[in-house]
Amino acid sequence: MLSRVANSLYWMARYIERAENIARIVDVNLQLLLDIRNLDEKRLIAYWLPIVQATGDEAAFFKLYPHASGHNVTEFLVFQMDNPNSLVQSICSARENARMVRDQITLELWEELNRLYLFVRSPQAREMWHHSPSDFFHEIKASSLHIIGIINATLIHNEGWLFIQVGQYLERADKTTRILDVRYQSLPARGVPDRISPDEALEWSAVLRSCSSWDAYKSIHGADINPRQVAEFLLLSDNFPRSVRFCVNKLNHALRRISGVPEGHFTNDAEKLTGRFLAELQFSTIDEVFAQGLHQYLDEAQTKLNNVGAELFKAYIFQPFQAADEIHMVQQEEQQQQARLHRF
Amino acid sequence: MIQDYQVNGGFDEMLDPRTGVRGHYRKFHKLFKSVSPGEFDAKRQAVDTAFLRQGITFNVYGDAAGAEKIFPFDMIPRIIPAKEWEHLERGLAQRITALNLFLHDIYHEQKILKDGVIPEFYVLSARHFRREFVNFEVPKGIYIHVCGTDLIRDHEGNYLVLEDNGRCPSGVSYVLENRRAMKRAFSGMFESISVRPVENYPQELLKSLKFIAPAGVADPTVVLLTPGAYNSAYFEHTYLARQMGIEIVEGRDLFVRDSRVFMRTTKGLQPVHVIYRRLDDDFLDPTVFRRDSLLGVPGLVHAYRAGNVSLANSIGTGIADDKVMYYFVPRMIKYYLDQEPILPNVPTYLASEEADRKYILEHLPELVVKAANESGGYGMLMGPKASKEEIEIFRGKIIAEPRNYIAQPMIYLSQHPTFCDGDFEGRHVDLRPFILSGERISIIPGGLTRVALRKGSLVVNSSQGGGSKDTWVLYGDE
Repeated sequence: MLSRVANSLYWMARYIERAENIARIVDVNLQLLLDIRNLDEKRLIAYWLPIVQATGDEAAFFKLYPHASGHNVTEFLVFQMDNPNSLVQSICSARENARMVRDQITLELWEELNRLYLFVRSPQAREMWHHSPSDFFHEIKASSLHIIGIINATLIHNEGWLFIQVGQYLERADKTTRILDVRYQSLPARGVPDRISPDEALEWSAVLRSCSSWDAYKSIHGADINPRQVAEFLLLSDNFPRSVRFCVNKLNHALRRISGVPEGHFTNDAEKLTGRFLAELQFSTIDEVFAQGLHQYLDEAQTKLNNVGAELFKAYIFQPFQAADEIHMVQQEEQQQQARLHRF
Repeated sequence: MIQDYQVNGGFDEMLDPRTGVRGHYRKFHKLFKSVSPGEFDAKRQAVDTAFLRQGITFNVYGDAAGAEKIFPFDMIPRIIPAKEWEHLERGLAQRITALNLFLHDIYHEQKILKDGVIPEFYVLSARHFRREFVNFEVPKGIYIHVCGTDLIRDHEGNYLVLEDNGRCPSGVSYVLENRRAMKRAFSGMFESISVRPVENYPQELLKSLKFIAPAGVADPTVVLLTPGAYNSAYFEHTYLARQMGIEIVEGRDLFVRDSRVFMRTTKGLQPVHVIYRRLDDDFLDPTVFRRDSLLGVPGLVHAYRAGNVSLANSIGTGIADDKVMYYFVPRMIKYYLDQEPILPNVPTYLASEEADRKYILEHLPELVVKAANESGGYGMLMGPKASKEEIEIFRGKIIAEPRNYIAQPMIYLSQHPTFCDGDFEGRHVDLRPFILSGERISIIPGGLTRVALRKGSLVVNSSQGGGSKDTWVLYGDE
């Protein structure tokens, strides 16, 4: 398969997953605030700032806005076109990548992604967002899940599909670590907290809901919410499809199917790093993670995932395929296709 | 509805002013009468929505997020009876044969110039004449593999050739998609009217492309080279690549080493043998043509010259669609084939011939003036519709650069019933058949019928309210 095509499929999947995760995280925070009393401006910022930090775009945020009010943060994460990782920009990028490989994906996939793109760019989207943010986010999440379903049900599960899996699980693993990291300031630097307040319990349940894992968690642990169990569930669960371990396992599997290399061996550094990280997740306990410090651990996990992305590029993509710049676009447009009709 | 449709001057494709509905439209007319306005409306909307959702669109430049528009589609098909089509087919085959012989000749012995049939000056001064390729042997001797020849009908219904497009003619994807849309909307009609299918065009194209593969390559890898997603015809490029089951590549996907072309894949470099390129000559290779080209492949021309990769269309075919060369096509047919042209040209005057120039300058308000090297309606004067100022501007241009201009009388194109604002009205149409030359010449039955949707407009340009129709070539004459 063409390296450029693999690259586009990979980024299409990452951006779809990114948009969905932004929708989750903002939606849950908005709902959480409805449950918390005595919110003044300062406390509000304490709820919104971590969200910006979790996306890793704090510097970009403060270039555009003076402080992390709810309005500014949601605007930055959802509609801001100057933020390349905003929800709307992510959908535009996903669709642009899909457009580059329009011939490699199915009609159903293209249509749904295009529909989502047309929706987020329409005035109705803004209107829906104003009247009922949760309906708006529901629309995004539902469409993303629909797209994932289409990818699995209509695409041939060949090399291209595997690159989609790689993009999807790499992004999801990264976002789960970031969502889990949102409440780190309420935790001690090392070790498990003994006791948490009712507000904190609400906050940790919001973390679970951001990952659509509320029901799954309850089925295992009941209604007892504590950071240790939440972190264990989102990091180390081997069968919950948004846990880091689950995602890295899928990632490892997809990489091996691309190269055809059996377990226990590797042919490139992406496989080596993924295999190593997976082994670590498989053979760690949550108490060891907290002993090291959850924030510290998550930070390192993000670096590991970034390194996998970089090695993947070296192994399969070879050269940067950046988006077309102005001259490039003008030249593409200039090519006469002898289609336009003459006047007689 | 359709039974109220009337001829409003000029030649009408469906109605004969004396005898009513023409024979080859009779079955369609009868079936179409029974479609109620509500039913028709519903079908029309379904087709438009399907086109937009599937992204059967052309791009609008300047929108980074990728704005696209649909090419308007009119649901009344243009119908051509078998006998008429046979005549067109023979004429088009004759023309492409002569053009390929002409290209071979001017890139080799230049006999037609030495014999004085075409003045040497016209060929050597043509912008798209590639001196670098004189005496180069193109694979299988074919220059134009894919040609789009535009045909029009005058007020008496005579078919005339308007121009040949021998570089990167586009529009064939609309032919295929229009047919699919019509089959979905009016499946019953196809059962009772026997229409020749168009669906095997991609297979025929692939066959022509494989035919020119470098010698000794048993199973050639064919790719389609696109300028990229911002090109107006990108939809067509992906569509054709998908239909042929070949890779669509951009210049940056290709790489030349030891005069061989490779594509960069996740499994490393993979050899490429035939390139169906939808890129202009100028942009193909920055080391040979335009240095600033970001779309081309450095070293591609060298690999082509070494015979390791074949290109369709060949380099340097642009000279065949120079408007001045068009004037000489009937002479080429006579010279190379010793035949009379089956399809005549529109009468044409060359501004660089003194007598013609005098005539042009005296009759500017009646004539259509075209720039020789432009396509797509650029650099054009429509005398009868132009202001005095515009006419004077062109007078100056013609005097300054006579080689670059030709003039033709204004032709009132044939009209066709077309759905406009809830009613059926006559609108001007033309026809672009697509001609493939490989082991043999094959022509898609029909082609792209374009229609000027605006009333009285003779412009079928898609940016100016032009649309398209499905074209039905019948197995019989009724």
